[in-house]
Amino acid sequence: MNTRTNINTLKCLVPFTIAEALEMKAAHPDAFPIAGGTDVMVWMNDGKMPGRTYISLHRLAGEWRHVTGTSDGGISIGALANYTDVRMNPLVIERWPLLVESARVTGALQIQNRGTLVGNVANGSPAADTVPVLMVYDAVLVLANTKGERRVPLSDFYTGYRQTIMDGSELITAIELPHAALQPNQYFRKVGTREAQAISKVVCAGGSTPGGKQFRLAWGSVAPTTIRSFKTEETLANGADAEEAWEVLKTEISPISDIRSTAEYRLRVCRRILEEFIGHQSVS
Amino acid sequence: MTEPIRLKLNGKEVDLHSHPMTPLLHALRNEELSPGTKYGCGEGECGACTVLLNGDAVMSCMVPLCQAEGAEVETVEGLCIDGELHPLQEAFICEGGAQCGICTPGMLMSALYFLRQPEKAPGGVREALEGNLCRCTGYTRIYQSVERAIGEAAGK
Repeated sequence: MNTRTNINTLKCLVPFTIAEALEMKAAHPDAFPIAGGTDVMVWMNDGKMPGRTYISLHRLAGEWRHVTGTSDGGISIGALANYTDVRMNPLVIERWPLLVESARVTGALQIQNRGTLVGNVANGSPAADTVPVLMVYDAVLVLANTKGERRVPLSDFYTGYRQTIMDGSELITAIELPHAALQPNQYFRKVGTREAQAISKVVCAGGSTPGGKQFRLAWGSVAPTTIRSFKTEETLANGADAEEAWEVLKTEISPISDIRSTAEYRLRVCRRILEEFIGHQSVS
Repeated sequence: MTEPIRLKLNGKEVDLHSHPMTPLLHALRNEELSPGTKYGCGEGECGACTVLLNGDAVMSCMVPLCQAEGAEVETVEGLCIDGELHPLQEAFICEGGAQCGICTPGMLMSALYFLRQPEKAPGGVREALEGNLCRCTGYTRIYQSVERAIGEAAGK
């Protein structure tokens, strides 16, 4: 046995069309979708599989591996678009630079060639590096089942640690980003143990609209889910300085001590990041 | 039991009989098709199991076999053709890029990917190899090996 999971007890369904995938999900609400496998296969090797039945989506690449601009100046990232697809896309490079930055620090090239952004969102890890960025860009998720589809803002998607509003019958088919209205000096900061192949102790993405009328600030690894710090954003838009903003931010985050860091260190780093972000925004 | 899964391994069609959810790495090793591909961590951290899947460097411990069906898989065994070492292998020998050898097959496959698609690693050799851990060399000799192979390829 090479893995801590008895593979022979697992069932793997392979749909060839989107309709078939949605029917399989409806028939097996407990089935776990697998795209690039960069989370699922780690659990397999570790004997911590989230279920027995898997729906491998790889045959849907023709429909779902897209990164395409939309008519209103936004972009649609399909469920099977991987980090490399996203970070190499000319439109993303031009208009959503934080996606390029965060995709480049997610694992290494071998992970980026397999892992998908939708998978990063669906997995629900509070340490996901692309999720704060997607939140800052006001991402909307397209959820589908056999009955139809619905659109949900990413900032309303998580309800608790690895908990989401998704129904067992649904799959995420795409992430949509509206036209990017932020200033060019957008901000991304990942703090990990080493520069490559690290999981974040704290990760932050942010930006502001021209004239500092609105701010966007999202955080990973400092709460049970990735969060947008809406109150801090509002305080900053009202002209608060770093000290005042920090008083608000610390009511919005709730870092814990775990295998990667301590609550105390994370709080300290969040404060420094907030200061750096504010300095970064006022340069423009 | 299950239908065999057919893929192209180093240019040759092969049938694999492992369960469709078996990590590609273990299917290749257990079925004695690519003992050169190494098992390091099993969680996508070390890069020892790196192979090329349809031309892209991937960690084979994280690819379920069913997803490699019909794909072209390249492993370290495919580098040496008719007894002739690949320029990357020659460079690793010249520069002392291999010590204990466990990371070497993965290093070579990541380096091959970089040679073919340098635009994927705008940060250069260090970025290209950031997913491959080595506990012997301290990396300098490995970087030198890859640089040498790049230099030789450019010189030709």
